[in-house]
Amino acid sequence: MTNGSLLEAQGVTIRFGGLTAVSNFNLNIQPHELVGLIGPNGAGKTTIFNMLTGVYKPTEGEIRIGGTPTRELKPYQITSLGVARTFQNIRLFKELSVLDNVKIGGHIHYKYAGTAAVLHTNRFRDAEDEAEEQAYRLLELFGLARRAQDSAKNLPYGDQRRLEIARALAARPKLLLLDEPAAGLNTGETLQLMAKIHEIRDRFDLAILLIEHNMELVMGICERISVLNFGKTIAEGTPEVIRANQDVIEAYLGEPVEVAEL
Amino acid sequence: MKRRAWWVRDLIFFALFIGGLIAAWWLLEWAAAWWPSMRYYNRIIVMIGINITLAVSLNIINGHAGQFSLGHAGFMAIGAYTAAYITVYYFGPYVDKMPDGSGKVVWQNILLIVAVMGGALTSAIAGYLVGLPSLRLRGDYLAIVTLGFGEIINVLILNIDAIGAARGLTGIPPWSNFFWVFFFAGLTILISHRLVQSSVGRAFLAIREDSIAAESMGVDTTRYKVKAFIIGSCLAGVAGALYAHYTPAYLNPTTFTFIRSFEIVVMVVLGGLGSISGSIVTAVLLTFLPEGLRVIKDLIPAGAPEILKRDPRMVIYSLLLIVLMRTRPQGFFGRKELWEFLPKRKDTVRKEARDEGDDKLDRDAGPPVT
Repeated sequence: MTNGSLLEAQGVTIRFGGLTAVSNFNLNIQPHELVGLIGPNGAGKTTIFNMLTGVYKPTEGEIRIGGTPTRELKPYQITSLGVARTFQNIRLFKELSVLDNVKIGGHIHYKYAGTAAVLHTNRFRDAEDEAEEQAYRLLELFGLARRAQDSAKNLPYGDQRRLEIARALAARPKLLLLDEPAAGLNTGETLQLMAKIHEIRDRFDLAILLIEHNMELVMGICERISVLNFGKTIAEGTPEVIRANQDVIEAYLGEPVEVAEL
Repeated sequence: MKRRAWWVRDLIFFALFIGGLIAAWWLLEWAAAWWPSMRYYNRIIVMIGINITLAVSLNIINGHAGQFSLGHAGFMAIGAYTAAYITVYYFGPYVDKMPDGSGKVVWQNILLIVAVMGGALTSAIAGYLVGLPSLRLRGDYLAIVTLGFGEIINVLILNIDAIGAARGLTGIPPWSNFFWVFFFAGLTILISHRLVQSSVGRAFLAIREDSIAAESMGVDTTRYKVKAFIIGSCLAGVAGALYAHYTPAYLNPTTFTFIRSFEIVVMVVLGGLGSISGSIVTAVLLTFLPEGLRVIKDLIPAGAPEILKRDPRMVIYSLLLIVLMRTRPQGFFGRKELWEFLPKRKDTVRKEARDEGDDKLDRDAGPPVT
C-alpha cells in the first residue's frame, strides 16, 4: 500500500522488558513535509528515531521507507534508503577534521575499491574531488568552511550542532531526522537555525522530521506536529490544532505560546 | 582541470624508492665487508624493517579502526610458518638443483615473493576467520579473544610435526634480505597512508570515533572492521614470512608468543594510536633500544656490587616505557602525523574557503581583525 509516502510507520510498538516505551505509534510523512515530534521528557521521541533508523527493532508494527519495509535492515542500509539523522547528544567524529566529518557523511556516495585508493587511480581522484567539493559546499552553507581543517571537538557548541546537520545532509537524504537541533542554542541562534531548516528543506527538497523542546521553533516551522506522551500519540495536526488541543496543553505545553516571526 | 596519467608520478617515486633501497643495501653490504661488526648492525636494521611492517599494520587495526587486537604475533607466525613450509619443502629443493648463476638468483627472489604472498594470503584468511565472529565484541573482550587466538596458534605450531613442532623449523633457505624487508615496509606504509586518506580509511576512523554515528552515516561497521583486520593481518603475515627467511633462517615457536604481540602493541601505543609516523619512529627506537642499551653493561665499574653487574638493560627499557607512558599517555604524536607538527603549508588550506554571507561581512566590517 504505497501511496508515495516517504515514511510510513504503522502500529509501531517497542517494549524493553516490561516497559512499553512506545505503543501503537503511527506516522506518515510525504516528500517535502516538515513534521514535528514533541512530547515531555521520556515520552519516547528518541526511541522512535532509533526505530526509524534501525538502531532498535520495533516489537510490533511496521516501518516502511519509500515503500521498503525496514524491519530486516541494518542502520547503514536504512541510510542508503535516504534517511539521515542527527543526535540529541552530539555524536560528531571528534578527533577528525570538520571536513572529514562531512566527507564521512557522504560515505555511501563515494565508493571505490581499496586498491583504487592505494594506487590513486583516476576513479579514486574523481570521487575524492567530488567528495571534497560537496563537503565544502555544505560547509559553506552552514558557515563552517573556514574551519574545515579544525578538529570537530574544537568547534563551539552551536557550530557542532550545525556540523551535525551538514554531515547528515552529505548523505543526500530524502528524509532528515533532527533530534533536538536547537538544544543548548540561544534565542538568536535558534532563530537562525529555524531559517536554515526551512532553507535546506527547500534547497535539497527534503522531508524533515524534528524532535524539539523549543516550542517557538516547532510551532514556527512545522507544518504538522505529532505529540507523544508516555509512548502514546495524544494528538496530531497543524500547529494551530495542537495549540488548541486540551490534552496537549495539559500534558505538555502548560500554556499557549506565541508563534515566532520567521 | 586536466590530469596527467595517474601512474606517472607514482612510477617516478617508485623508481626512486627502489633506487634508494638498492643504494642503501649496497652501502650496508659494502660496510659489512670492510667492518665485520656491521653484520650485527645490519641484522638490527633488518629487524627494524620487520618491526616497522608489524607496527604499521597493527596500527591499521588498533589505531585507525580502533579495535584492540593482541594477537598480531599469531598472524605473523602464520605468515612465517606458511611461507617457510613452502620454501623448505618445495621451493628450496627446486632451487638447490639449479646450476649456479644469475638464473638461480632470479628464481630465488621470485620464489621468495611467491612464498611471502602465500604467507600473506594465509594470514589474511586467518584474519577473516578470527575477525568475522569476534569483531562483534568491543574493547577488552576483543583483546581477550585475539589474545586467545595467538595462544591457539602457538599451541598448534608446537603440535604440528611437519613444521618442526617444539624443535623449531630448520633448513629454511635464507633468501630474505634488506631490500625485500624494506620494500615491504615501504609498501605497508604506503598502503596504510593512502587508505587512511580514502573513504575506506575514513570509515575506519569513523568507527574508532563513534561506531553508532558511523553506522547511521551508512558505514557498514562490521564489514569495515573485518576489512581492517584482514589488511592488518595480511601485512603481519608478510613481515613474518620475511622474518622466517632472514639469516639464520630458523623459526622458533617461542618467538611468536603473546610477548611478541605486546611488543608490537607497545610500539603502536607509544607512537600514538592512529599515527603512522609514530608507529615507524617507535618501531625504530624500540628495536634499537635493547641493543643500544648493551653498552651500559660495559660502563659499570668492576668494583660495583654484584647485582649491578647483571645486565640492567631490560630494567632500563621497562622503566623508560613507564616514564614515557606517564609523561605522554597519548603516545609520541597522539593521533597526528609527524608532518602535522610542522607549520601548515599555505596551499593546504583552500583559498576560496568562504562562507555564505562573507561578502556582506567584508562590506560592512572595517579592516579585517586578525
